[in-house]
Amino acid sequence: MSVLGHFTYWATVLLMMTGLYIIIAKGNLVKKLVGLSLFQSSVYLLYVAPGKLIGGTAPIVGEGFTVYSNPLPHVLMLTAIVVGVATLAVGLALVVRIREAYGTVEEDEILAADAKDD
Amino acid sequence: MLTEHFPVLLVVVPMVAAPLIVLARSGFLAWGISVAVAGACTVMAAALLARTTAAGTISYAIGSWPPPWGIEYRVDAANALVALLVSAVALVVLPYARRSVSAEVGQDRQYLFYSLVMLCLCGLLGMAMTGDAFNIFVFLEISSLSTYVLIALGRDRRALAAAYQYLILGTVGATFYVIGIGMLYLATGTLNLADLAVRLPAVTDSRPVVAGFAFITVGIALKAAVFPLHAWLPNSYAHAPSVVSAFLAATATKVSLYVLMRLTYVLFGSSAAFADLPVGGLLAALSVAGLIAASAAAIFQKDLKRLLAYSSVGQIGYITLGISLANVEGATAALAHLVNHGLTKGALFLLAGAMALRLGGTRLDALAGVGRTMPITSFAFVVMGFSLVGVPGTAGFASKWALVTAAMAGGHWWMAAVVLASSLLAVAYVWRFIECAYFREPAAGAPAPGEAPLDMTGPALSLSVVVIAAGIHATPVLLAAERGARALLGAAP
Repeated sequence: MSVLGHFTYWATVLLMMTGLYIIIAKGNLVKKLVGLSLFQSSVYLLYVAPGKLIGGTAPIVGEGFTVYSNPLPHVLMLTAIVVGVATLAVGLALVVRIREAYGTVEEDEILAADAKDD
Repeated sequence: MLTEHFPVLLVVVPMVAAPLIVLARSGFLAWGISVAVAGACTVMAAALLARTTAAGTISYAIGSWPPPWGIEYRVDAANALVALLVSAVALVVLPYARRSVSAEVGQDRQYLFYSLVMLCLCGLLGMAMTGDAFNIFVFLEISSLSTYVLIALGRDRRALAAAYQYLILGTVGATFYVIGIGMLYLATGTLNLADLAVRLPAVTDSRPVVAGFAFITVGIALKAAVFPLHAWLPNSYAHAPSVVSAFLAATATKVSLYVLMRLTYVLFGSSAAFADLPVGGLLAALSVAGLIAASAAAIFQKDLKRLLAYSSVGQIGYITLGISLANVEGATAALAHLVNHGLTKGALFLLAGAMALRLGGTRLDALAGVGRTMPITSFAFVVMGFSLVGVPGTAGFASKWALVTAAMAGGHWWMAAVVLASSLLAVAYVWRFIECAYFREPAAGAPAPGEAPLDMTGPALSLSVVVIAAGIHATPVLLAAERGARALLGAAP
């Protein structure tokens, strides 16, 4: 298989690493959540892309349907999407509360405020 | 018959209780429901453990879809033991929660607190019960999401920052796990753990399977706070409400460690190709580093709950050291320490919570002279501290002894030396409390608090008594752990 034939994997790896890099490198709590979301989204592609067969149809037993795409990864990813949305919602709610409590969403300023409390 | 459905009821009952509690909207009613649910779960888990002891593995097909197509709940001696630990700890912690939560969480939010505890319980029991790799991920996220919110309910604003940090790291860990499972699914076409164990040996020389194993191990190790992936744990435990610290310390990391054991042994122990990977050696090296570094860090903490949290990271090292031996003796020691340390640390956090209620915090400075003002609580705390050290007659000794014996039987003498060294470090951090509590005068003008009310000291002390009983009469836990270890390793009973 050629490099181009694997383009979905390249896209997955690119998204995954971009997301992980943002989580590690950014100090802004909202940006970290953006990275986290990107990181989680890349997994959807990792699951769904290999399940698709070129020319494959939905798994219907009947005349004219011979090649099926695998429906299971899609179902798994529906669950993962729900988990991702819930995580993002909890994360953003926490950031709102952190903003109220600390008056900032920058990680270094929060750490400095904590160090002053000690 | 109802008993046939215990494997799924164990998960469904707390899951249904969570929205019911939200509908109830009354703090007292919510508390009553959650105690009843914890009681029911304990009874069901005990019944399951008894049945697996008598009749071996129970397979339960959800919705009667036969495995491997449907989701299978597979109960054996190992996960029944873990489920019993989780529900029993919930049953001890929840009666205690009534007063502690009243003091630490706003009146209008208390029913939501109990609802979240039920969701967390549901997630943890689900992770233990299920025999489906993707199902583990779903329950992992159910328990994690409720945990983030529970931690954020702490009084201090630092609880929010701790919850956020845990949310980021926990989600990265869970996503690593799901990436790994995806790779295994691509290679084998199945998600059922038993089916995976059968199909994996044929494909173990392929790179995605090895990469998948790496992703899964790192992901679960993050959730289990295996050193050096423990960064989220000290802050979370230190700033969460007392009840939450006690419940999580006794159950959450322990369930993740059980999952780590199951996946390492069942999936990757099944194939000779994985014997070439230096997994055992790597895990042993990390355990040793954790045992020494985290126990040493515990000595220098200024806050009692933070001290206990670092001690937890150290104690997790004993469990992973047992796992790394990859034989029945090592797995027995790991499971036994998982249970014994869960009970010990639960009791310690409950006692620390009683001190927090009376003294308004758990900073070691604030605890000066607590040995005189709260003699029973302090004494119980010291005795439980001995269980962390591994003094004979406590539960901590029984499982540490099993670990040392297992290590020596394998010819790993250095492991015994490391266990001894880290026990000495444990003496040092327990001494920090003894020094504050018994050898310092209370600050001048400080209020003279008495013991915490009986509904808090009662559960804390009864858990302490269980720890001592499990130390003096260690055979039941060790036997149950050995049965679990044999089930995990697929060895003949």
